[in-house]
Amino acid sequence: MNDHGQHSAHSHSRPAALRASSLWLPTEHSWRRLPMLGLVLAVVGLGGSLALGLLGGEEARHQLWHSWLVGALFVLSIALGGLFFVLVHHATQAGWSVVVRRIAENAMATLPFLALLFVPLLLAGMGDLFHWSHADVVKQDILLQRKQPYLNVPFFLIRTVAYFAIWSALAFWFGRLSRLQDGTGDHELTRRMRRGSPPGLLLFALTVTFFAFDWLMSLNPHWYSTIFGLYFFAGSVMAFFAFLALTVIAARRAGLLVDVLSTEHQHDIGKLLFGFVIFWAYMAFSQFLLIWYANLPEETVFFSQRSVGSWRTLSIVLALGHFVVPFVFLLPRALKRSPRALAAAAIWLLAMHLLDLYWLVMPNLHPAGMVPSLLDAAAVIGCCGVFLAAFGGALRRQALVPLRDPRLPESLTFENV
Amino acid sequence: MAALKGALNGILRPSLPPGNLFGALAEFATPAELYNACEGVRDAGYTRWDAHAPFPVHGLERAMGLRASRLPWIVLVMALGGAAAGMGLQGWVSTIAYPLVISGKPFFSWPAFVPVTFELAVLGGALGAVFGMFAMNQLPTLHHPLFSSKRFERASDDGFFISIESWDPQFDSGRTVDLLRQLGAREVELVSSSSQ
Repeated sequence: MNDHGQHSAHSHSRPAALRASSLWLPTEHSWRRLPMLGLVLAVVGLGGSLALGLLGGEEARHQLWHSWLVGALFVLSIALGGLFFVLVHHATQAGWSVVVRRIAENAMATLPFLALLFVPLLLAGMGDLFHWSHADVVKQDILLQRKQPYLNVPFFLIRTVAYFAIWSALAFWFGRLSRLQDGTGDHELTRRMRRGSPPGLLLFALTVTFFAFDWLMSLNPHWYSTIFGLYFFAGSVMAFFAFLALTVIAARRAGLLVDVLSTEHQHDIGKLLFGFVIFWAYMAFSQFLLIWYANLPEETVFFSQRSVGSWRTLSIVLALGHFVVPFVFLLPRALKRSPRALAAAAIWLLAMHLLDLYWLVMPNLHPAGMVPSLLDAAAVIGCCGVFLAAFGGALRRQALVPLRDPRLPESLTFENV
Repeated sequence: MAALKGALNGILRPSLPPGNLFGALAEFATPAELYNACEGVRDAGYTRWDAHAPFPVHGLERAMGLRASRLPWIVLVMALGGAAAGMGLQGWVSTIAYPLVISGKPFFSWPAFVPVTFELAVLGGALGAVFGMFAMNQLPTLHHPLFSSKRFERASDDGFFISIESWDPQFDSGRTVDLLRQLGAREVELVSSSSQ
């Protein structure tokens, strides 16, 4: 995104030697304990969820799988955002983002582990989540019968396995080549990743779209919205940039990457976060406007479900909190460059993203209004634990930046003009 | 023709220092020398001066001590104006000037007005950015006294320049030229205001 890095007249912005603590997670560093912390959270959160949900009767079991789905989608969307970032980085031959690419690679490396979160949903939760999976319900419902060639349990299983296989393969391939370059410094690897990224993006677009159709839209199988895949994608990438901003700021506070990351990189992440806040709102409003305008019952059901009781309040909170407030807050340049302000915005937006997923899933379970449950919190904590464990493990295994990427020098001296 | 030329000159000329002397022009060999010299000129307290380079030099705005541009405020006001115009026009037409019932919706159906409101906000912001930038840069300028310097042609090729204008309170032909020499200028010349 910046061709003039080599003209920088700044002598001090060109680091002569990078400290090892900028490139590797030092032994004894507190972040080395992230996998342990994640594992504890995962066991407590998911174990607690299962105990509460499976021992508490049918209602608790319904709640369990819906809460579990929200938590699993929350971490999955961040990992998918990381995969998207890596793909776009290579497709556009980006220079500035080399220093943060490893963080995205570590986020996408969690994808095979996050697949495990969907195993219990597939094995035990489908009947409670998807009423189209019951043969007797389908028999009574002409629409579901017509949709059966697509919406049936075996095909759903095959598709879900295919999504995770494709995502994991992409994450593995790009992660492996990037690590390989740390050792050899071979420029051909950069070209191979560039050539691999456009087909990767195509696969990503198709799988994410159909994943959103399958796992979110089919919760209410009568309803359909062709833009829904993009809506999920927009929220996911926004959540990833919030996560990236938070990680970058936290890493610098923890004494990591201090020679490598500058305010300039943080500023760019802030701009992308701002951009995807707007993009999410654009998608959300595009979906709303067309459905509201056409006023067809099979489409409006989604919004009429969400304009009852406390769901209506949550809809308004989302419009304000997921768009208006962060839009105004992230507009000034100074706030995107301030670590404290951007971290606050990132935490806020991650919370809003979680609320967005909750708003997508839960009205199917509690049509009358919000019913907060201990299971909601437990499932989110448990799923975040799995993500943290996998992410922390990836951090320990490899360098914190792509050590010998040919564009690393350009990225180190990057400045916003 | 002469009248037209005069009128154009009146509009399209930059604001210039009074008198015959426009200022001092110094040439530097490299972007690094230009950068360091800018810090020197800034620290000497000059306010009416500029730097010229064939490509963007990162950090030069800090070396020159430039304040943040006011352009974002122009863009913000224009964007909000565009949004207000978009929503206002549609609201006024639909409720007062020519109210029509369309697919059973209320007269003031704001969601339907959002796309046009959004587009006009973008249009306003974009126009504000482009023409605000032109105005703040005093563009278009058809002629500038610096163009009379043969050497200055290299500002778009391989030359790096600082020009200090004569109406700067710190300006003094002798001392300003000395300062520029001290700061490493290869050549310093005085440029006159007349176009000859």
